[in-house]
Amino acid sequence: MSAIHPPSERVWWKHPLDRVEGTWILISFIWCLVMFGMMVGWHIWGKQNLSTETYKTTPEKFSAKTQAMVDKYTVRTETADKIPVVAPPAGSDVYLIARLWSFWPILELEKGKTYRLHLTSMDYNHGFSLQPANINVQVVPGYEHVLKITPNQAGTYSVVCNEFCGINHHAMVSRIYVK
Amino acid sequence: MSATTYRTCPRSGLQFEASAEKLMIINAVTAVVALLVGGILAIGVVLTRWPAVHWLDADTFYMVLTAHGIDMLIFWIIFFEVAVLYFCSSTLLRCRLATPKLAWAAYVLMLVGAVMNNVAVFQGGSSVMMTSYVPMMASSWFYLGLILFAVGALIACFIFFGTLVIAKRDKTYQGSVPLVTFGAITAAIIAVFTITSGAIILIPTWLMSLGVVQSVDALVYRTIWWAFGHSSQQINVAAHISIWYAVAAIAFGAKPMSERVSRMAFLLYILFLQLASAHHLLADPGVSTAWKVVNTSYFMYFAVLASMIHGLTIPGAIEVAQRAKGYNNGLFEWLRKAPWGNPVFSGMFIALIGFGFLGGISGVMMGTEQLNMIIHNTIYVPGHFHATVVVGTTLSFMALTYFLIPVLFRREMIAPTLAKWQPYLFGFSMYFFCLVMMGAGTLGVSRRHWDMAFSGAAMAYEWPGAAYLMMGLVGMSGVAAIAGGAIYIYVTVGSLLWGKKLDQGAVSEKFTPIPPTAPTVVAQSYGSAGFTAPGTFALAMVFLVAFVLYYFVNWKYLSTLWGLA
Amino acid sequence: MSAPHTPQEDDPDEPIPFMQQLLDNPFLLLFLGVMVPMVVYTLWGVIDILSVPLAR
Repeated sequence: MSAIHPPSERVWWKHPLDRVEGTWILISFIWCLVMFGMMVGWHIWGKQNLSTETYKTTPEKFSAKTQAMVDKYTVRTETADKIPVVAPPAGSDVYLIARLWSFWPILELEKGKTYRLHLTSMDYNHGFSLQPANINVQVVPGYEHVLKITPNQAGTYSVVCNEFCGINHHAMVSRIYVK
Repeated sequence: MSATTYRTCPRSGLQFEASAEKLMIINAVTAVVALLVGGILAIGVVLTRWPAVHWLDADTFYMVLTAHGIDMLIFWIIFFEVAVLYFCSSTLLRCRLATPKLAWAAYVLMLVGAVMNNVAVFQGGSSVMMTSYVPMMASSWFYLGLILFAVGALIACFIFFGTLVIAKRDKTYQGSVPLVTFGAITAAIIAVFTITSGAIILIPTWLMSLGVVQSVDALVYRTIWWAFGHSSQQINVAAHISIWYAVAAIAFGAKPMSERVSRMAFLLYILFLQLASAHHLLADPGVSTAWKVVNTSYFMYFAVLASMIHGLTIPGAIEVAQRAKGYNNGLFEWLRKAPWGNPVFSGMFIALIGFGFLGGISGVMMGTEQLNMIIHNTIYVPGHFHATVVVGTTLSFMALTYFLIPVLFRREMIAPTLAKWQPYLFGFSMYFFCLVMMGAGTLGVSRRHWDMAFSGAAMAYEWPGAAYLMMGLVGMSGVAAIAGGAIYIYVTVGSLLWGKKLDQGAVSEKFTPIPPTAPTVVAQSYGSAGFTAPGTFALAMVFLVAFVLYYFVNWKYLSTLWGLA
Repeated sequence: MSAPHTPQEDDPDEPIPFMQQLLDNPFLLLFLGVMVPMVVYTLWGVIDILSVPLAR
């Protein structure tokens, strides 16, 4: 005569609902619909939706495209490793390689301009975690993920790898400049 | 058919079949051992992520974190769940367990698999985290251990289903199975999907580690692995909600408010809960937006609806039972006069509130496709799942253990005062631990990260001071929670070893069927009497307001970010 | 709300409603509970991934 015993009524399906339950189910259901509506509606009216434009790629293919961009638009180099800082024109395709344990190259973007950011990994899974804005995207080897990004604030952003990728994972951090 | 005996426990009236009883004991004890190992490893994890302590070196940290994740999320919980499945079938239905010899074989497979996996991790070459994303490879023993464990667990699930058939054939009960057993059926169904998914992806990965298979696609791996990794935690949800219904019944004699509503809520779990595996792929390339939206929302938040229903009907049933006993003053006398000194009840109730407010709300927020971008792979994620799996599941299992010590293990509990305080220490320190972890994650701090100071990096990012503060608090509350876990293990193991032996009760060669019960007056009147549980409804509305506010605060923040399309 | 329910009304010959029969059938539930996520989550997801085009 409780939850650990079989129901006492043979046809329990017809047992009437208490009003507390009925009301709560109705409220919950409406809230569920609101949440579903938000998620779908944001795709129509919202400005922050993760693109799913994806291509199968290989490290060679992606490196070649990235190298072409670096050759054309490098403005300076930074750090002891001479990582190129690249300032591609607004609206263009920009490429970012994630690999053990660095991002390459450093991007310099303009505020309010839209870019097509191509992401991939050369080896393991990596994370693209843009700080301090806190935008996080998974970077999967073999897949070229194209995001349309529009930086809305100038400043120096950091890109932190937030997918575990081995012993030097904690040192995998780079920058994106927005002017 | 080998002869068996049935024992009727004088303390609870439950009837235990001899072979099922031994299997429950061995599975539960093994689970506690896994919890002990995982708990010791937790010390290494929290003391390293506490920035001021930063105890272990990177190599050891990642090894310890891998083992902590697997021992806690897989071994502790699934061993205990096997015991729960046997309890909910053989004991609650008062029948013999199907194929006990096979059940022992399943146990041995699980044990060998668990040990093999742990040995592989501690040898050092398999620090790949619980998720072991390809192409990062662990030793082949790592995968083989998991596969053996999974096969054993799958056999245990089918023994559970077989036991249901035996009960039906032997007519040990009439009508439908108890609600708690129905919840266990839900857990077992989710387990079958979970374990099958695990086998589908881990077998080729194991072959890859042996060099037989060339490669496993990184994205296909993530997709199918999460059908295992996330759904395994959905088994827990179904299992611990069943335990909540059971505790409400045991501690209060509470009857479900409505069998129809509670069972339909479980049906929504059966159909839709497992789709939430997509939560882990919302920030991924390759899968379509439609797939993400449909799956992450459990179709249309149907499983959230189910959880909100359980969240009302369980305390609601307690309220109805308490009010029937005369605790009728005001909105909350029924709750104030609840047995707060009984760890079976207090553990369950602290688990329920924490699971709903901390785990539930954060889970739905982060499972929203766009909002996921502001938490994916931050330490918010472990903040969330410690609220669901540790506060929700582990604390519920602890509460159930306090009931089982006299009933199943036939021992008087040692240190009852310590046990009385344990759910409060463990539960509240975990509440705080989850909150500060989610706070740090909101500021962006990464999960699975050895050093938030980025030592050795040329372009280190400096986290805000608040993030360091939060991670320090994570360390402190983590230590407090570990102390709470240690008390549980001390009380449980101590009672088993040194507790006074209790009378086992009458033993019979034959089972005694469950007598049909006539619907009581209460059972008939509450259905139409109107608002029978106003206090619970008020609590539910508080929950809803918190939920709505937190949900929209996050949308507000998202709207200030870079444009993404 | 319907009238209060009394045991006298429990007709032993009253047919069990369809939904109650479904909920009383663990194997049918097992089939549904495995098939729905296998199709909606796994199969659909893997088809999505396999239909990703090649990069230029």
